[in-house]
Amino acid sequence: MRLFKRNPDPMGPLDYSRRFWLRATVAVTLFFLYAPIIGLIVFSFNNSRRNIVWRGFTTDYYVKLFNNESLMLAFGNSLTIAVFCTIFSTILGALTAYVLWRFRFRGKAIYEGAMALPIVIPEICMGVAMMVFFARIGWPTGLPWPFNLSAITIAHIAFSFPFAAIVIRARLESFNPELAECARDLGASEFQVFRDVVVPHMKPGLIAGALLAFTLSLDDFVITFFTSGPETVTFPVKIYSMVRFSVTPEVNAASTVLILVTLVVTAFALRMQNRNNMLSNAA
Amino acid sequence: MADQTLSDTPIIQIKNVSKIFGGNVKAVDNVDLEVRRGEFFALLGPSGCGKTTLLRMLAGFEVPTHGSIIVDGQEMSNVPPNKRPINMVFQSYAVFPHMSVEQNVAYGLKMDRRPAKEIKERVAEALDLVKLGHLGKRMPDEMSGGQRQRVALARALVKRPKVLLLDEPLSALDAKLREAMQLELVRLQKTVGITFVIVTHDQSEALSMANRIAVMNTGTVQQVAPPTTLYEMPKNRFVADFIGKINMIEGEATDAGNGEVRVKTGSLGEITLKGTATGKVALAVRPEKIFVDEKQPTDPSLIYVKGKVGEVAYFGSYSNVFFDIGTGTPLQADISNVSSDIEEFTFKTGEEYWVYWRKADTLVLGD
Repeated sequence: MRLFKRNPDPMGPLDYSRRFWLRATVAVTLFFLYAPIIGLIVFSFNNSRRNIVWRGFTTDYYVKLFNNESLMLAFGNSLTIAVFCTIFSTILGALTAYVLWRFRFRGKAIYEGAMALPIVIPEICMGVAMMVFFARIGWPTGLPWPFNLSAITIAHIAFSFPFAAIVIRARLESFNPELAECARDLGASEFQVFRDVVVPHMKPGLIAGALLAFTLSLDDFVITFFTSGPETVTFPVKIYSMVRFSVTPEVNAASTVLILVTLVVTAFALRMQNRNNMLSNAA
Repeated sequence: MADQTLSDTPIIQIKNVSKIFGGNVKAVDNVDLEVRRGEFFALLGPSGCGKTTLLRMLAGFEVPTHGSIIVDGQEMSNVPPNKRPINMVFQSYAVFPHMSVEQNVAYGLKMDRRPAKEIKERVAEALDLVKLGHLGKRMPDEMSGGQRQRVALARALVKRPKVLLLDEPLSALDAKLREAMQLELVRLQKTVGITFVIVTHDQSEALSMANRIAVMNTGTVQQVAPPTTLYEMPKNRFVADFIGKINMIEGEATDAGNGEVRVKTGSLGEITLKGTATGKVALAVRPEKIFVDEKQPTDPSLIYVKGKVGEVAYFGSYSNVFFDIGTGTPLQADISNVSSDIEEFTFKTGEEYWVYWRKADTLVLGD
């Protein structure tokens, strides 16, 4: 077998990663996972309005994308929501993580479970619930920008802060409690301990959590679909409505841009997580 | 390392302090202790004896379930750790990883809101004291364990506390560094002149560094005394066995008047010794107090018995020889190698000798 040319040692009984059937399974899985996405990206450069058959390379549809006012507006909305969502999710997530790590109180297990609920609940249930909730309490509609994005932002914060909390909580696990006691011993109040010793330790977790919240917010479709209106369209929702019209390469281009932004941010977040692990081994 | 003129007024008074966790775990059981001003005091005992809990109550991280702690005349029960005139060096050193050495040492002074100029001067002084003057700008992850410990020391001492607490200060250091730090800590304490209280499970550490040692077991204080007293006059079996090595021969004791007891043992017969313990006791003698002779000793002030050589461990300057004297447990003797004649000091298994020691060196220990 040609495979053995690279590794001359004979295959051991537990060398599963070298077995053909495993490699084949992995290859097929990756193919079905990524072929559609790669196809999507490739066909965004397709010189054909109907975008069914490849008719040549062009970047025209990217130009069209950046000139599409309603699409750019939607992108602006998405970014605004994502920024606010990130700020509040990170703060809420950090406080939640700290409370769960530091204190013992009645109903702590219930609180921990309830806080993690948004991760488990199907998005569509959350979306419908949010929509009914905002309608029921008479949340003002028709507000000027950016206040008209408030309903969506609140919904986003609600479902993304638990993710941030989990990331930050993981970082707190590697915190040496003697550092906090020592700061106390040297004269610090509880707040000063938090500010001077805990937060610096949490920093990599805060950054990773923030990036995660940003990505979740930017990409969200289901919950946003239920909480947005005709004046408050976000990027993913706009792409959806464009697809219902016609699937021109412009839609592909928009999707590709979204994928790219998400990829870059996620890669950054992963790098932060790796630094987490290295730092916690050193300190 | 004990000669210092110490003041009479205690700086720490621990009065009937108990700490109970979770309703029924008694970590500290009715402890009564006094630490004198300027003393180097040690809390010594095996793991789980309550010494660390007691230290944490002094620092303020645990609140006593019963009793009170008084520091320099001030009742500490409502005083949180950040307001006590006490500072602690933690077992993991707890050097803040995101701050430089100088920033670490300055932290306590910053919390006290001292002016910047004063902070700078005092930090430099403290770093010089622990011989880290040239490493002010270093980050902790660029330093060795021993250096980080000195940062922790400087950081605590710069605040000029009334008492410095140290939690197992030498346990994380390698043997050579440990020896050097033992001397270093004693020197530091004499230079700074404040009271040190250390917690340790290593009896040789406590013996070599402390003025007085409180030996603890299962939450209670067994004996508080200077190292020499603890070693030569332990109050009970636990203290005798915990500090150094000791031989114990079981027996029954009855009061013989005049501060003496008559002890009946299996293989040694009936002996009258100075002591107060009665009932089931152990006759105890330290291994280095035992001598051997080929002829039977005749001096009435000696206890002597025939012994057959069992295991022998050679340590260069002395040999640790186990003798079977018919009591079931072999008798351990540390025999110094006073002569260079190898034939003379070699003990071979099976050889028989007369093993003897002075009655004055024998202890009668109850539980």
